[in-house]
Amino acid sequence: MLTLRRPSVLPGFRLTLGTTLFYLALIVLIPLSAAFAKTLSMTWEQFWMTVTAPRVLASLRLSFGAAFIAALVNAVFGLLVAWVLVRNPFPGRRIVDALVDLPFALPTAVAGIALTAVYAPNGWLGAPLAALGIKVAFTPLGVLVALIFIGLPFVVRTVQPVLEDMEKELEEAARLLGARPFQVFMRIVLPTLMPALLTGFTLAFARAVGEYGSVVFIAGNMPMVSEIAPLVIISKLEQYDYPGATALAVVMLLASFVMLLAINLLQGWMRRRNAQERNV
Amino acid sequence: MAAVLDKPLPEAAPRRVARPIGRPPSRSRWMPIALTTVALAYVTIALFVPLAAVFVEAFRKGIAHYFASISEPDALSAIRLTFTAAAIAVPANLVFGVSAAWAIAKFDFKGKAILITLIDLPFSVSPVVSGLVYVLMFGLQGWFGPWLQAHDIKIIFAVPGIVLATIFVTFPFVARELIPLMQAQGRDEEEAAVALGASGWQTFWRVTLPNVKWGILYGVILCNARAMGEFGAVSVVSGHIRGTTNTLPLHVEILYNEYNFAAAFACASLLAFLALVTLVIKTVVERRFLKAAR
Repeated sequence: MLTLRRPSVLPGFRLTLGTTLFYLALIVLIPLSAAFAKTLSMTWEQFWMTVTAPRVLASLRLSFGAAFIAALVNAVFGLLVAWVLVRNPFPGRRIVDALVDLPFALPTAVAGIALTAVYAPNGWLGAPLAALGIKVAFTPLGVLVALIFIGLPFVVRTVQPVLEDMEKELEEAARLLGARPFQVFMRIVLPTLMPALLTGFTLAFARAVGEYGSVVFIAGNMPMVSEIAPLVIISKLEQYDYPGATALAVVMLLASFVMLLAINLLQGWMRRRNAQERNV
Repeated sequence: MAAVLDKPLPEAAPRRVARPIGRPPSRSRWMPIALTTVALAYVTIALFVPLAAVFVEAFRKGIAHYFASISEPDALSAIRLTFTAAAIAVPANLVFGVSAAWAIAKFDFKGKAILITLIDLPFSVSPVVSGLVYVLMFGLQGWFGPWLQAHDIKIIFAVPGIVLATIFVTFPFVARELIPLMQAQGRDEEEAAVALGASGWQTFWRVTLPNVKWGILYGVILCNARAMGEFGAVSVVSGHIRGTTNTLPLHVEILYNEYNFAAAFACASLLAFLALVTLVIKTVVERRFLKAAR
C-alpha cells in the first residue's frame, strides 16, 4: 500500500494509516469476519433450514417490510418538512430544525418506552386511536410507528441542503411559461431532488431494518406476528443457539452490505448531478 | 401595425407589465400555509409528543419519587458505568478519527474509497449483530473464549464487552465528520508549515487542529450521545447484571419490564435531557462554525 501512494511532503502517513487500519481491523473487520467464520462451521442445509424457518422468515418479512413502508412515509413527510424548513419561514423554525435530529440524539430505549406510553391503549394518541378501532402498540403497526420515528431525520437532512442550493429561477421560469404548481413540482423540483431523496430513503431503510431498541417495547414481540429479526437473534442467543443466531446475523449483514453499496452508488450519482448543475 | 399599437390597451395590462420580472403569477396564499401546517403536525406527533411523554411520565408519581428513582444505588451505578463506557469509547474513537482523517485527507493512495466505506460500515450493521460478533469472539464458545477462561479474564457479560460494543457502534462518528472537513481544507497550509521547518506534530497542533476544532467538537458530541445511549449492542454483551453491568439504557429497560414505569421514565428523562443538551450544542456549533468553514 505504501508504494501505491503519491509522494507528499507531509509527514505521518505510515503512522496515521497504520493506526487507522489496525484499529479498523481490530474493532470492525475481525469481529465481523467472526460471524462469517462461525457460519462456515454449519453445513449449507443447516444454514438454509435456519434462515428459512417460518418464524425467522416471518421476522425478516416484518423487519424489511416495515422498514420499507417507514422509509416511504419518511420520504414523503421528510421532503415536506425539508421543503417547509427551507422555503416557508415560520416562527419557531429554528427550534423545529434543531428538533428534527432528536431521533439521532435520543437513546433508542427511551424512544421505545416513550412511544409505547403514547400509543398504548390508554396513551395520549393510543386512546383516541383505540376509540376508532385502531390498535397501534403491541401490533405490527407499533413496529411501523417506531421505525418512522427513528428514520425521520434521514430524508430531511439529505434533501435540505440540496433544496437550499437549488436555483429558484427554473421554477419561476416554468411558472411564467404557464406551468401549474403541481407540474413545476413533478417536472422540475422532484427530478432535481431525486438523488438526495433516494439516498435519504435508503439510509432510513438501512437504519430501520436493523433497529432494535425503539421497537422491542412497542412491538409486543409475538412470534410470527410482531417479532423483528434482531429480536429473533437475541432469543436464539438466550437459548445458546449460537449457530442459529449467527446464521440470521449473516443474512442481515449481507443485507447491510448491499444497502451500503446502494448508498455509495446513490451518493456518487448525487455528487455527479450536483457537479453537472454547477457546470451548466 | 401602427394602428394596433395606437389602440388603447385594456385596463389591467399596464399593471401586469409593472409586475416585477421573475415573480411567478398568481401564487396562491393558502398553499404554503397548508404545507407548513401539515409539516408541523407531523413533527409534533412524531417528535414533540413522545419527547413530552418522557418528562410527564417521569414526574407522574411526584418530584420526591423522581429523585428517589434516579439516586438509588442501582441507578447511580448504571450512570457511573454509562459514563465510564463513554469516557473510554469517545477518546478512542477521537484518536482513530483524527488519524484516519489525516491519512485520508492529506495523502493520495489506492483503495481510499474502500477505506472510507469500511469506516462507515458500523452505521449500517444492526446493533444486535454488533453485539453478537463480540460474543462470537470473546464469549465462552467464541474464538478466544477458552483462552480467556483459562486466564480468568471476563469480557462478555462484563465491563470490557460493554466498552467494546460501545466503541463499535460509535466508531465512524468523529472520522466521518472530520474527513470531508479536512478534505475541503486541502493541504496548502500544512505543506507551507512543513516547508518552513515545522515538525509533523507542530504542524498538526498549530495548523491543522485550530482549523478543525469545531468539526472535532461536533463529531465528539454526536459520538458521546450515541455512546451513552446505545442499547441493542450493549444489551447483547452485558448480561444485565444489576449494579455491575447495567448501563443507564439497560437500567431503564429493567425498570420498565418490572412495571416500575415512573422510575423507568425518571431514568429515561436523564437520557432525554442529555439528548436535548446534545441538540443545543450541535445547533450552536453548526450555526457558528461549520457552515462558515464549509
